[in-house]
Formats: sequence, C-alpha cells, structure tokens
Amino acid sequence: MKFGLLVNEGPFTHQASDSAYQFARAAIEKGHQVPRVFFYFDGVNNANKLSEPQSDDRNLVKLWGELATEHGIDLVVCVAAALRRGIKDEILAEGFRISGLGQLVELGMAMDRTLTFGD
Amino acid sequence: MSDVQTEFDIAGVKKRFAFINRKAPYGSIYALEILEMVLISAAFEQHAVIAFIDDGVFQIKKGQNAKVLGMKNFAPTYRIIEDEKEDADEDEDMDMEWRIVVEEESMTARGLTADDFIVGVEVLPSAELSDLLDQQDVVLSA
Repeated sequence: MKFGLLVNEGPFTHQASDSAYQFARAAIEKGHQVPRVFFYFDGVNNANKLSEPQSDDRNLVKLWGELATEHGIDLVVCVAAALRRGIKDEILAEGFRISGLGQLVELGMAMDRTLTFGD
Repeated sequence: MSDVQTEFDIAGVKKRFAFINRKAPYGSIYALEILEMVLISAAFEQHAVIAFIDDGVFQIKKGQNAKVLGMKNFAPTYRIIEDEKEDADEDEDMDMEWRIVVEEESMTARGLTADDFIVGVEVLPSAELSDLLDQQDVVLSA
C-alpha cells in the first residue's frame, strides 16, 4: 500500500513528527511504500538543518533525511508555512524540498491512504 | 539509496476530501493555515466536505474583529469557499461537490445558531457528520 503522511507539528515540542517517522519506518519494513511526506503548520520546522539537539537525543531532522535518502521519500515543506517561520533554502536540511500546498492535495489524490500526525 | 519520485499521476483522479476545522480562529494558526489548504484544493476540482466542529465553529462566526489582536481578519475568506461551492453547484460541467457543514452539538453548546455564520451551512448532528466523514477518502484536520 502507498501511504502519504502529513506532519503538522515541529520536532521535539510535540510527538507528531516522531510518530510519523516511526510509522514510515514500520510501514516500509512491512513492505509498504511511503512516497511522500508533507510538512505543514509548525511541521515545517522538521526541515531546519540548524536544529541541534543534545548528543544523547534523537535528531529528527537528520533521521527524516536519512530515511528519505535510503527509501526515496519525497519530503515536501509547504512554502507559505515555511517562509512564515523562516525556513528557507539556505537552512533546508538534506532530503527536503520546498514547494506548494498543491503537493499535499496531490498526495491525497495519488496515495492509497493519507495519515495526519498532529493535534 | 533510492530515487525520489516527485511527481505522481493524478490525471482523472477524483476523491472525496474532508477538511475538519476544530480550533478557534485566533489563539493558534491552525484555522488560518487549514483555510489555505482548502483554497488550494479547489484548483484540483476534488469533492470536499469542509466541516466545523468544537471551537472551530467560531471560525465562521459573524462580527469578528481581529484588529485588537493586531491580526488580519481572515473570516471573509470563507466567503470564497462559499463562492467556490456555489460555482461548482451551478456549473453542470464541473464534477465537484462541496459541502460546508457545522456539527450541531458544537454549535448549540456555544450558544450559536445557523444564522450566526457568515456563510450558509448545513447543520448536522454528530452521528450524521460521523457517517459523512466515514465516506470520505482523505480526511485532513487541524
């Protein structure tokens, strides 16, 4: 099955990004596909490469990038939500790209299931 | 290492989207940004249920004044949604059905009636709204 994910919250403050990441990994391990993850609301902060958690903590920004590179996941950050929060190409982490909200609608149309992670 | 596919074939795809607005219009950004989501989706001519539940019913309440908060009053933008819906209803060539729905329990619990909203709405009891959402393909909520 093809799963599309929507992440609505930033890393660390909220568990949404962790849950989405764990879901993506588990789904892929079970033989499913996660072709695209869309980051919206404060979720765009998952793409900030300046994020530097303490060394004994998980680094979600990096984990997303590694998962995406390994499994060919399209990590899309909403441009309007990103600009509002200062997320620009200069600080965009590996594996992410900035694009429009149309990419979220496209995700909903193209995937078998769309899952929202957030409040 | 796998190649990343950034384009998907959506030609001829018609799905039922639901946008569930659950939060008050101000106090957090959810209402504003989910509204932007709804507006973009119109371009894709998909079916949509735009539902207001919990404090989300305040998003479309008449007489909002965001000036005192130093914020933009975006409530009038919901009229664009109503226009999109009416255009879709009137245009026989357009296969797009939009419904603007308010959950009855959320509305009455907040002392509101259907006349308090800036757009025309269908008021549905929770159980009916639940059935309606069950029929949707893609449910997006905030």
